[in-house]
Amino acid sequence: MANINFSRAYLTMKQLLTGNEAAAEAAIQAGCRYYYGYPITPQNELINYMSVRMPQVGGVFIQAESEIAAINMVYGSAAAGGRTMTSSSSPGISLKQEGISYLAGSELPCVIVNIQRGGPGLGDISASQADYFQAVKGGGHGDYHLIVLAPCSVQEMANLVYDAFGLSDKYRTPVLILGDAQIGQLMEPVEFPEKPNKKSPSKTWALTGAEGRKRNIVKSFYPVKGQLEEFNNHLQEKYKNIEEHEVRYEAVNIQNADVILVAYGTSARICKEVVKKSQQLDFKVGMIRPITLWPFPKKFIRKISENAQCILTVEMSAGQMVEDVRLSVEGKCPVYFYGRTGGGVPASSEVIKKIVEIVPENLAANRLLQLAEVK
Amino acid sequence: MQAIYEKPKTFIDSATHFCPGCGHGIVLRLIAEILDSWGMRGKTIGLAPVGCAVLAYNYLDIDMCEAPHGRPPAVATGIKRVHPDKLVFAYQGDGDLAAIGMAEIIHAANRGENITFIFVNNAIYGMTNGQMAPTTLLGQKTATTLSGRNATNDGYPIRVCELLAVIEGSSFIERVSISSPEQVRKTKKALEKGFRTQIEKKGFSLVEILSSCPIYWRMDSNEAMRYIDEEMSRIFPLGVVKDWEAKK
Repeated sequence: MANINFSRAYLTMKQLLTGNEAAAEAAIQAGCRYYYGYPITPQNELINYMSVRMPQVGGVFIQAESEIAAINMVYGSAAAGGRTMTSSSSPGISLKQEGISYLAGSELPCVIVNIQRGGPGLGDISASQADYFQAVKGGGHGDYHLIVLAPCSVQEMANLVYDAFGLSDKYRTPVLILGDAQIGQLMEPVEFPEKPNKKSPSKTWALTGAEGRKRNIVKSFYPVKGQLEEFNNHLQEKYKNIEEHEVRYEAVNIQNADVILVAYGTSARICKEVVKKSQQLDFKVGMIRPITLWPFPKKFIRKISENAQCILTVEMSAGQMVEDVRLSVEGKCPVYFYGRTGGGVPASSEVIKKIVEIVPENLAANRLLQLAEVK
Repeated sequence: MQAIYEKPKTFIDSATHFCPGCGHGIVLRLIAEILDSWGMRGKTIGLAPVGCAVLAYNYLDIDMCEAPHGRPPAVATGIKRVHPDKLVFAYQGDGDLAAIGMAEIIHAANRGENITFIFVNNAIYGMTNGQMAPTTLLGQKTATTLSGRNATNDGYPIRVCELLAVIEGSSFIERVSISSPEQVRKTKKALEKGFRTQIEKKGFSLVEILSSCPIYWRMDSNEAMRYIDEEMSRIFPLGVVKDWEAKK
């Protein structure tokens, strides 16, 4: 984080930052003033950046004693009405799951960044997408969802972190940014255009001291029979509403495509290269990139699958998002999977080889294979 | 007719769920009395624990927050950093503070968080049906130490006040009990000092209150009070352990 000038004029200019630094600066630009974190590779640039910047903007930075403490400090600041954030990487996010479940159960807004690394266990520190299940299927205990946003560039990291604060306040729910080591540590040009809505909406439910009003209680405990079910039904209504209104995706070259790739984050960058290479051929590859992993763009993928020859999901995991793709497709077309795991990153040539494998009869296959061999 | 003593306004007018002879009702009432007399009802944010006192917010008419098991010090830190001028207290039991939450309380003390911790120690897990706590006495029978706590297998009762007193960031630490009217009055004074430590921004304060659990101690209420005086207080001596106002 050498020699960064933090003046507003400088920040609106294009500059070179890592994804981690862009996430931190975007949070500050979005009005986040309470950051609690714990060091873990590959998200350390984020916590380092916050330690410098938060005091500059009159905010709070605490290096907590653990990931567990950090997420619970977030819980406290969110309950008190503050815009708050934490970040970590896979093993650390596992530790935060209890707190995340409580945040969802207490309907508290906050932003959590997961810069994924290889697992399970201590794993390694290189990029992975193996926390997809944990991110979109709950992760902690109970029936809940997080809004999960998956950036595929440094600029998009900044934009999505900014949006995450708005979404978390709008729906009173934690929002997870699901990046990976490549997106977090990659340097790309980014700018932070001044945007409105920096302030949170009025939080009449927050804990501020009950002066002149009825007391507020922030809790997720419903011991009286029937109350918890009623609350869960309310949560599910909220999730339906989010699924209705907040689905985001990018579609590339999908009209009349022979194969449609589905990928997010770093895998999507690789698949974009495949799409680009295929343009030189009469064999057409398109791509759908989910930006919201939850809510998943299932309606759109289902619609596309009605006319597609086949879909190939590419992930840096043993196959996690592919389950949601299959559920979306509902058997309308074949769904194939190509993945690398344990920190392995697929090369575009590997993806092309897989395409060739799944469409062996196609005339363009040989030409694709040749292309795959081109370094 | 002049009323000389009445139910504090901050204490919500309802029957509590606590068992007969349990100390929680006394401690919560003392908190309500202090907030009433200091006019702090609207300037206070409290944290309810897990376990028997989780429903503390049903009795105290103030803004309150629940915290996951053991995490009140971290949650309170997050609240206090947003509202540095509000009175923030966390109410914790022995399992919450001294077992699963030991890391959080030590680090909150070490940061000198300007928060008051009320540590209700009844040496047993009440809500989960009487299992061993970190503060269970040697020889004490519980659901998980049927023949009595044994140091070889179960370790020793942890003295939280003494442990936290050596941490540089702690400012005021006192151990009191609810075993008699006299002790209850001392407890109120200790709570007042804990709150005043915070209001005067002197840092971390903790009041440990030796309390009773007649049901899982398998005693009647009178025996339970005697047990506090004769057994618990021997292992957990009453008195001020650390005081920022004390003459050096």
